[in-house]
Amino acid sequence: MATNSTADAFVEFERVQKSYDGENLVVKDLNLFMPKGEFLTMLGPSGSGKTTCLMMLAGFETATHGDIRLDGQSINNIPPHKRGIGMVFQNYALFPHMTVAENLSFPLEVRKMGKSDREAKVKRALDMVQMGAFGGRRPSQMSGGQQQRVALARALVFEPELVLMDEPLGALDKQLRETLQFEITNLAHELGITVVYVTHDQTEALTMSDRVAVFDDGRIQQLAPPDKLYEEPENSFVAQFIGENNTLEGVVKEIKGDSCLVELDGGEVIDAKPVNVQKAGDRTRVSIRPERVEYNKNRLSPDAHTLKAEVLEFIYMGDIFRTRLKVAGTSEFVIKTRNAPDVERLVPGQQIEIGWLPDDCRALDA
Amino acid sequence: MSDNTATGPDQFTGATPDNALRAADNADHGPMLAADGTPLKKSLNRALRRQKLRALMLIAPLLVFILVAFIAPIADMLFRSVENQIVADTLPRTTDGLAAWDSTSGEIPPPELFEGLYKDIFIASERKLHTRLGSRLNYELTGVSSLFRKSGRGVEDIGEVYQDQFEDFNEFWKDAENWNPLMGSAEWLEDMAGWDEKSGDRQPAFEIRDEVASVLPETAAMYETFAEFVQFEDEDNLLKEDPWAIVYSALYADLSAGADVASLSGPGSAELQEAAVAVADFETVDYSAAFEEIDKDWHSIEVWQTIQTYSPAYTSGYFLNAVDMKKGPDGPEMRPENERLYIKLFIRTMIMSLVITGSCILLGYPVAWILANLPARTANLLMILVLLPFWTSLLVRTSAWKVMLQQQGVINDTLVWLGVVADDSRLALINNQTGTIIAMTHILLPFMILPLYSVMKTIPPTYLRAAKSLGATDWTAFWRVYFPQSVPGIGAGSILVFILAIGYYITPELVGGTTGTFISNRIAYHISSSLNWGLAAALGAILLAVVLGLYWAYDKIVGIDNVKLGG
Ligand SMILES: Nc1ncnc2c1ncn2[C@@H]1O[C@H](COP(=O)(O)OP(=O)(O)O)[C@@H](O)[C@H]1O
Ligand SMILES: [Mg+2]
Repeated sequence: MATNSTADAFVEFERVQKSYDGENLVVKDLNLFMPKGEFLTMLGPSGSGKTTCLMMLAGFETATHGDIRLDGQSINNIPPHKRGIGMVFQNYALFPHMTVAENLSFPLEVRKMGKSDREAKVKRALDMVQMGAFGGRRPSQMSGGQQQRVALARALVFEPELVLMDEPLGALDKQLRETLQFEITNLAHELGITVVYVTHDQTEALTMSDRVAVFDDGRIQQLAPPDKLYEEPENSFVAQFIGENNTLEGVVKEIKGDSCLVELDGGEVIDAKPVNVQKAGDRTRVSIRPERVEYNKNRLSPDAHTLKAEVLEFIYMGDIFRTRLKVAGTSEFVIKTRNAPDVERLVPGQQIEIGWLPDDCRALDA
Repeated sequence: MSDNTATGPDQFTGATPDNALRAADNADHGPMLAADGTPLKKSLNRALRRQKLRALMLIAPLLVFILVAFIAPIADMLFRSVENQIVADTLPRTTDGLAAWDSTSGEIPPPELFEGLYKDIFIASERKLHTRLGSRLNYELTGVSSLFRKSGRGVEDIGEVYQDQFEDFNEFWKDAENWNPLMGSAEWLEDMAGWDEKSGDRQPAFEIRDEVASVLPETAAMYETFAEFVQFEDEDNLLKEDPWAIVYSALYADLSAGADVASLSGPGSAELQEAAVAVADFETVDYSAAFEEIDKDWHSIEVWQTIQTYSPAYTSGYFLNAVDMKKGPDGPEMRPENERLYIKLFIRTMIMSLVITGSCILLGYPVAWILANLPARTANLLMILVLLPFWTSLLVRTSAWKVMLQQQGVINDTLVWLGVVADDSRLALINNQTGTIIAMTHILLPFMILPLYSVMKTIPPTYLRAAKSLGATDWTAFWRVYFPQSVPGIGAGSILVFILAIGYYITPELVGGTTGTFISNRIAYHISSSLNWGLAAALGAILLAVVLGLYWAYDKIVGIDNVKLGG
């Protein structure tokens, strides 16, 4: 599904830049290609420019530079109401003076649709989000989750091909959020619509999307499917931002094809996979996921490099054990072990040796 | 509490928490009880009473202030608009007599009534009250004012007929020195003798001699009135004041009615007995004819009808007047076409206030929109500009409009210079309705902008974005989504502006000329120039009722909870 060719792209950002004040670029050189039917999530810390990108796509902000295309057509000069893009806002933006049915009917009315068609579509859209019984209510008479369902139905009722959602679940509690995440992805796939979804919640991004674009500082740091993003982060920002991660700093000693040796700042030498380092002598941050760290010698290859570690804390979490170690000068090194009969339960103060497969330890930019 | 001898440790009687709970349990459906056994409601009320009392104390100053400065004046105004005691107070004998007079008979009242009128007007003119009554009745019938003024002088002549005859008959009747011993009681005369005029002490109040009062009732009554007036209104020494002419008229009346003067003794009784014989040859006065001589209007039925109509202490006359009607012999009727004024003025006030409110909406809405959508810093700066008019005196601003709008004023000069209008056809922008509308729109504009702004401030911009993303054009998004949400602001602003406009006074007075004035200018005129406070009060009361009525209608149509001043 991932693509880099413009041939079958439905949404395209090409070298897009945006500045609000003429001094700082909020979006710097954005290139993005989305095929039809994709569910793409923009994930990133607050202020990284996600909303700005979405607003440029919707037409409420103009790009300072670059081209935005929809279905092959440049939309830079098309006003928002002619773009036919559905939008869901974080604060729902349901019109308070209209009932739910009137809210849904609104986009159909402005499209001059007949009354009976409108009613049928409104009913179908409401049923789609299980809100069929709420047509006569006012937005203020509904809970947040119900309002967001209605907002979703309103963005879908006029059958747009592209729907933009800006942190739509941000104001809801965790359980409701999970239900709605599931419903939104299902709907998107059923209807075959293309979705650009903005969130700062990485779990949400990972569970919902076909691809995730990780934003930081006005740039896409990595654009990849969730599994690749987690397992193969391309730089240390992504590695840090997605999931739990252990970082060790050092200098590349030697690169041998698919693997390399890194000398940590404390003098220890470890195996790693060169991902974002070019040559020996480069500074690097190596990244290891907690669940890929091994302390059972039998499971490590005999020639693997190991590090000495001291157990600081052992937390029993039911399905897993979470252990905090002091390793190579850092005391924030975490390992996670599955709770299985043959797994040794560590005790604080215990001295152990840890190691990993070279592939699981990625040498990234410093 | 301590009755725990035999029954066990737990069996206290009286108010304990346990007993209260037990009582509550037993009383299945009874009221909930507090720990001491009193009903919970009662004990809650007691607890809240202190709180309420304190709250009341806090607002008491405001309450008193409102009562004194707002409720009381309004109540007084409402009262004045129906109050009409002046006629009965000034002409008590006449109005009494008129009660029996049939105004439709086509006959003027009988001569006895004119005698009462003579007394009433004589006393009133001594007190200088007759002109006030004249002005009051002049509101109802033009010409009455001068009639009363003339009569005030004329009654002196009527009285002098008897005065001269008595005095010609015997010099005795000329002098205050002779009258007082005759009329006054012995104790009073004694008190007067002991009173030092220069000392500044209060003059002993006149007391009538009982025998005189029974023998010469009318003379006694009139002399008492005279004495009271001299002593306490003019504050002169009664011993040195010759009686009013009317006292002689009363004396003539008593004597010619056959008073038993023989039974009187004491000072002056001899002269009195002589006079009693002599009056038979006196020339008598025909009061009715005498009044006709003063002014033949006294024999006009219309004058008498007016006096009769306005005799009662309360009248609907002011209200009828305020809606261009008057009391006719057969109930209320419209005034003649050329005297109608107020209905037109009410309608004009209403229409112009509506126009002013409308232009405030038209001008204020875009400004409020811009204010609400600008970044806070700029918006605050602009807000100061909006509020600037509040910092200059209303009079200064209105006068500035005079300078701007007059025919040789800034606006006309500019238009002529631009060639938009010819020099000889300069626009009349002032001293007419245009002037009032322009100046008042300017003055009231902030009252529209402020509520609009505070309501618009609460409408998030995402609504407009949402509407556009749903396919609405800029106009549709505004009209269907933004505008309905700003209506409460329009409502609040309109109520403010309209109610302020409808009662506005200074600006229409200064720039309104004759065609651009409001009902309030008329009210002010009646309060300060024509002094017809009753009519002013009636007009004010109608204005108040109209405003309340509109407020009620607004509540019915738009709903008053749809009015927001912000938030
Ligand atoms: N209307 C605006 N005017 C000026 N600066 C803005 C505006 N909107 C956003 N920004 C700035 O642009 C940057 C990116 O904002 P945004 O796109 O909202 O980030 P995100 O949605 O990722 O949190 C932020 O630094 C923000 O302050
Ligand atoms: Mg955002």
